[in-house]
Amino acid sequence: MRRAVLILLPYTWLAALFLVPFLIVIKISLSDTALAIPPYTPTLDLTQGWEGIRTWWAGLDFENFVFLTEDDLYWKAYLSSLKIAVISTLITLSIGYPIAYGMARAPEEWRPTLMMLVILPFWTSFLIRVYAWKAILSKEGFLNQILLATGLIDDPLIILNTNTAVYIGIVYTYLPFMILPLYAALEKLDGALLEAAEDLGCSRLSAFWLVTVPLSKQGIIAGCFLVFIPVVGEFVIPALLGGSETLMIGKVLWEEFFSNRDWPVASAVAVILLAILIIPIVLFLKNEEKQREAEG
Amino acid sequence: MADKPRKLPQEVFAPWEDPEAKPLIQFRNVTKRFGEFTAIDDLTLDIYEREFFALLGPSGCGKTTMMRMLAGFEAPTEGQILLDGQNIAPVPPNLRPVNMMFQSYALFPHLSIWDNIAFGLKRDKLPKDKIAARVEEMLRLTRLEKFARRKPHQISGGQRQRVALARSLAKAPKLLLLDEPLGALDRKLREDTQFELMDIQEKTGTTFVIVTHDQEEAMTVASRIAVMNHGKIVQVDTPARIYEAPANAYVADFIGDVNLIEGTATRTGEDRCSVRFAEAADPITAECTADLSDGIAVTYAIRPEKILVTADRPADRANALEGQIIDIGYLGNISTYHVELPGGQMIKAAMTNSTRLDRRDFTWDDRVWLSWRETAGVVLTE
Repeated sequence: MRRAVLILLPYTWLAALFLVPFLIVIKISLSDTALAIPPYTPTLDLTQGWEGIRTWWAGLDFENFVFLTEDDLYWKAYLSSLKIAVISTLITLSIGYPIAYGMARAPEEWRPTLMMLVILPFWTSFLIRVYAWKAILSKEGFLNQILLATGLIDDPLIILNTNTAVYIGIVYTYLPFMILPLYAALEKLDGALLEAAEDLGCSRLSAFWLVTVPLSKQGIIAGCFLVFIPVVGEFVIPALLGGSETLMIGKVLWEEFFSNRDWPVASAVAVILLAILIIPIVLFLKNEEKQREAEG
Repeated sequence: MADKPRKLPQEVFAPWEDPEAKPLIQFRNVTKRFGEFTAIDDLTLDIYEREFFALLGPSGCGKTTMMRMLAGFEAPTEGQILLDGQNIAPVPPNLRPVNMMFQSYALFPHLSIWDNIAFGLKRDKLPKDKIAARVEEMLRLTRLEKFARRKPHQISGGQRQRVALARSLAKAPKLLLLDEPLGALDRKLREDTQFELMDIQEKTGTTFVIVTHDQEEAMTVASRIAVMNHGKIVQVDTPARIYEAPANAYVADFIGDVNLIEGTATRTGEDRCSVRFAEAADPITAECTADLSDGIAVTYAIRPEKILVTADRPADRANALEGQIIDIGYLGNISTYHVELPGGQMIKAAMTNSTRLDRRDFTWDDRVWLSWRETAGVVLTE
């Protein structure tokens, strides 16, 4: 009985705060837009009893999903988001790995301090930090001032309102999410394993590739998911740092909701986004499970 | 056929007694410091080919540092280490013909047993069939054929220990280092594995250097033992000589059980002296070296099993002292008696329980005679 309650608790939580809202979003995505509050039809009218449910059900269709395939803006935005997410995940990994490695190898008394430094940016508002990047990257910003003053460049660099600025913002924002799982994996790594690899004829570098990297695989996967998934749907960073060329699905979603006030199309965009993200994760987990079973 | 050559006695393996023999490893005045701490203090030592050499000492005595210097993970601060006459200081660990079996085994958790053993061979870029043949050979040697496809976490501690051994032997190193190889096994398995180790060492002809704090383990497996303390070697000798002729009270006390009796020595003959340790008790007659001067303070060391416990004074023994039994410890195979001599000196004596469950001859507070021969103990001046 107590166990049942313990198991039920997280499921109730998930059902109330994820499943139910998601079902509502699916329902809206199947509705038609309307000049009303809420801005879609049909709405369920239970006062009419069974007949009300029937008309409500008859009003639902896949029209919005068909619309998404007709206008190339949407799939372009999806592809562009995925591309930006993949590239920024790779950049974050290549910057985060050395940092996590250095932290894990640092003297033990240093590690809490280093960890603190990684988490510290969370203590100020995310929005302020992104605005700060505007001040750094703009044409008259700190970066250009320094580069001009030192004579490294003659004309100011145009970074702000380009995809480069979006990448900088994303990598900066999501770096801690990459570092923390990597650090957790690398910190557990037994130093004797690297010595054993060297003892058996590995150079330092090959010991890293043959031992350190495979043994931090779990951390790499966790870090990549933690960065990739939110970046695909990222809205604030492309809105503040990106320009007209920056096409991301988060921005499209926002515009559908707030500029067009087309809730059904926006909901359809969100449902497809979720499907895009969930399918690879499920496939990946299935594969992991199969591997584990094969090892028996 | 009368002059058929007499069969020579089998040659005893003792290259350290042969002045012609060339040592495989030479430590020459090696000192290793970590900051202020001196781990190894001006140490000189020769280890010969095919030896099973044990470095024995309490934790922090520097034995692991010596092993890590041989493997290449630490460099000596001063002095030289020679392998086959070559200074190995500039050679990195991955290029040394030395392999190590780690205390934690350090098996690669993401690789199968087969791949763990093949790891070193693959680094040498050997052809595939050669690698496979060598791995199979190692699996047979360590009786692991059935587990080749498993991962390290899917086998028992004893099997893991054998994988670690197979992996470190796979490259046929000139020298194999074993860092507390049996420390993680339970007692019974440890004893079996000790004999297995000796067997494998003999079969492969590899020189083994083992680090251990377990004196029984060192005594069982080693051809020679170096007893270490505070970064220095206190004594290097065969297990029998370490036990029966310890160089000083530290070695005598570290190896096995011993009674250490402090007294003053007086010469009584060419190689005999007497050790007086209490006003109330007769002095002990003992064998001693010729250069012992009269009246110096000595420690007399005698092992409990050399002492006979009897009810009456035996006539044929040079040393006989009367005392009172304070404590009796029954260990199954032997019983130990703690006997107090006049003057308060406590002596431990061990008697073998050669018959089953017979009535015990002695009990608490009995007065008994302890007796031993002149040659049973040693006089130590350090």
